[in-house]
Amino acid sequence: MATKASRSAARVMIAPSVILLLGWMLIPLGLTLYFSVLRYNLLMPGTNPFIGFENYSYFLTDPAFRDAIVNTLLLVGGVLTVTVLGGIGLAILLDQPMWGQGIVRILVIAPFFVMPTVSALVWKNMIMNPVNGLFAHMAGAVGLQPFDFFAVAPLASIIGIVSWQWLPFATLILLTAMQSLDSEQLEAAEMDGASPFARFRHIVLPHMARAITVVILIQTIFLLSIFAEILVTTNGGPGTASTNLTFLVYAESLLRFDVGTGSAGGVVAIVLANIVAIFLMRMIGRNLDS
Amino acid sequence: MARAIDPRRKALNTAIAWTIGIMIFFPILWTFLTSFKTEAQAIADPPVFFLFDWTTENYRAVQERSDYFRHFWNSVVISVGSTLIGLAIAIPAAWSMAFVPGRHTKNILMWMLSTKMLPPVGVLVPIYLIFRDLSLLDTQVGLIIVLTLINLPIIVWMLYTYFREIPAEILEAARMDGASLRSEVLYILLPMAVPGIASTMLLNIILAWNEAFWTLNLTAARAAPLTAFIASYSSPEGLFYAKLSAASTMAIAPILIMGWFSQKQLVRGLTFGAVK
Amino acid sequence: MGRMTLHGVTKNFGETEVIRPLDLEIEDGEFVVFVGPSGCGKSTLLRLIAGLEDVTDGRIEIDGRDATGVPPARRGLAMVFQSYALYPHMTVRRNIAFPMRMAGLDKAEQNRRIEAAAAALNLTDYLDRRPGQLSGGQRQRVAIGRAIVREPAAFLFDEPLSNLDAALRVGMRREISELHTRLKTTMVYVTHDQVEAMTMADKIVVLQHGVIEQVGSPLDLYRAPRNLFVAGFIGSPKMNLMTGAEAERRGAATMGIRPEHIAASPTQGAWQGTVGVAEHLGSDTFFHVHLDGRAEPVTVRAGGEVSLHHGDTIHLTPDESRIHRFDAQGLRIA
Repeated sequence: MATKASRSAARVMIAPSVILLLGWMLIPLGLTLYFSVLRYNLLMPGTNPFIGFENYSYFLTDPAFRDAIVNTLLLVGGVLTVTVLGGIGLAILLDQPMWGQGIVRILVIAPFFVMPTVSALVWKNMIMNPVNGLFAHMAGAVGLQPFDFFAVAPLASIIGIVSWQWLPFATLILLTAMQSLDSEQLEAAEMDGASPFARFRHIVLPHMARAITVVILIQTIFLLSIFAEILVTTNGGPGTASTNLTFLVYAESLLRFDVGTGSAGGVVAIVLANIVAIFLMRMIGRNLDS
Repeated sequence: MARAIDPRRKALNTAIAWTIGIMIFFPILWTFLTSFKTEAQAIADPPVFFLFDWTTENYRAVQERSDYFRHFWNSVVISVGSTLIGLAIAIPAAWSMAFVPGRHTKNILMWMLSTKMLPPVGVLVPIYLIFRDLSLLDTQVGLIIVLTLINLPIIVWMLYTYFREIPAEILEAARMDGASLRSEVLYILLPMAVPGIASTMLLNIILAWNEAFWTLNLTAARAAPLTAFIASYSSPEGLFYAKLSAASTMAIAPILIMGWFSQKQLVRGLTFGAVK
Repeated sequence: MGRMTLHGVTKNFGETEVIRPLDLEIEDGEFVVFVGPSGCGKSTLLRLIAGLEDVTDGRIEIDGRDATGVPPARRGLAMVFQSYALYPHMTVRRNIAFPMRMAGLDKAEQNRRIEAAAAALNLTDYLDRRPGQLSGGQRQRVAIGRAIVREPAAFLFDEPLSNLDAALRVGMRREISELHTRLKTTMVYVTHDQVEAMTMADKIVVLQHGVIEQVGSPLDLYRAPRNLFVAGFIGSPKMNLMTGAEAERRGAATMGIRPEHIAASPTQGAWQGTVGVAEHLGSDTFFHVHLDGRAEPVTVRAGGEVSLHHGDTIHLTPDESRIHRFDAQGLRIA
């Protein structure tokens, strides 16, 4: 259906999206790059001189930066581990015959649809609070001291909250992939004498490799930018214990109003995200093509 | 597998699954229950589950904070607004990619999806400054602009996948029947694509409603949607669990319901076709 | 109305030449069939005429006017698609009305034509149903009805019977032929089935790899195929094509003789062989005969009364007046 007329119509129809997204990409990015080489602080109006890579060296040598990188990796790695392993487990479970499967599915899927600020607040105040939270009550009931989650293990607590939010996503994807597996393959394996574990290891798991890869890729992209949960529970603290790269840049830009340094940080975040994306894309190149 | 399923195994599965399901769902359930307690009961030790005096005073208290409904309305406006505008821009793009594919169509699509992978913090500063200078900070319009742009790739992608399921021959028949491009899209394509468009709208409203980066950084008191408003409950003064629960329940209930209907769309829209 | 001329029409998809420069004349009121194996370009050619694809080079004229750049909506043609392409969200009535709505006809005229088409196609009882509630044959008729009400200069059919089962196909074939007799409008019909081509066409265009192999009436193609391809394509079962001594004796590189032009006898004849597979259809019998010294079996049609079986000896005599001769390039020797 390719006539000159339809092709020029197609160009016109696709133009707004392309132009808007192009603008969205180029203009703010260009400005970020530009600001990153200026001394520019919103609290100190005046000229904004060009200072080359000073912002970058300031940002990168800040000990907070090292903490932020480590925390970012821990956050992403931690959530990925919990959600992928938990997702596989839940997918297996939900695939079994049972009564009320539809309702269990709803129960398991629900956390993904709760807005991040609500889930963070509910977990922080009503569940994890060392005085009034449910966990505190439960600890007291068995004679243990309540655990001050956000003071003692802020990053781990945030990992827990975010994992709770993203577990449904992983479960749903992996369950969908699992249910697309042709049962004939499994039946043939069973006839050949394979145990349930063997069947899982040699047939189900490889079939799901692609879905697992997709889950990892997509979640990583979103997890690099965890923000609301940190803002609402710890504000990055105590100190920088729960600051990730996103939060560090935010703090630099909108709390300390140091636009120059913040922009440099933003560029660093983009570069890192791209590295992760390329690295991951290569890893999944095989899986997605097959 | 048409074999008889051992009822004992089924019962065991059911027990395990329901236990885990309730455990996962529990925070939401707890929030819902607490919203009907008094503040004192909300922090009671041992915690009360169902046997308490149910009251709706928290809901009334939250509503009496006259700004609650303004923030609720903000959420509605920016979610629905950015979805409708996104659709208006995306439908033509998806038509062109699905029915008149060119050499670069796949690349353009991949590029669009890649714009979603940009960490928002990388453009936080310029967007903030631009909005400040254009008086778009703390406005619904500003948020709608940003939300439209960040979700446009997903809307385009989803519509593209739905449009591809429509046989091109039917649109060709419309052309042979004398339909102009406008008629072809309006009278043939859109009516056939209604389920796909509805699914896309559903998913996008959910994503926009729950968005918690731009909505937190670009708003203050006036245009803050529920994401930001709830965040303001985070200062630790005083006992407020019951009211927090009421405010939270009202904030998440619409999306929980919509989410129940949109599981398939979620898989389609957020895995970019890699999982079916 | 309905005269079409193609001058030097070419079509490339990217680097691939799908249609070589091609000339064709279609007279007003003719029933023309494009026939050929899969991938020969017959559907592409139809779509070029329809305007659904642009020509890479060349000119298409419809009724004397240059239609090469004209969009499909304005060429005055109507098309029946292989999958019928009915609008699933509209009733039959609204499906048929759609082209008239696009043309801006007034309601009264629309209804008049719908009633007429429905009556002609036996659709009156189904006007308020949706395509999903109709059978394949009924959907086919709706597609035809939608084309008729446009009162086009020509009808284009793209393998319309491929999706029907065999019994339905025969009936629909007849209905389309009757339609043509009644309306006297030009019809361009694409099919891969040479039986459809032979039974329905005034003129057959045989295509292979984007090139016209031969244009002619069904009997022309049957009696005088211009090359080996047409010889082997037209006629069912296929013409027997033989190289070697028999051909050379008759002054050709390849000789052809149709199964129905060979006499079979258990006792005497020019060639001797053994019966391989015997197909008994009742009215006819087809023997696949292994001749001595020949790898390919020869197909022979015999009347129902010759009863020979697998393994029997059989003698064949070809009718010399019906032998086709082809040279080394595969072209017909007169």
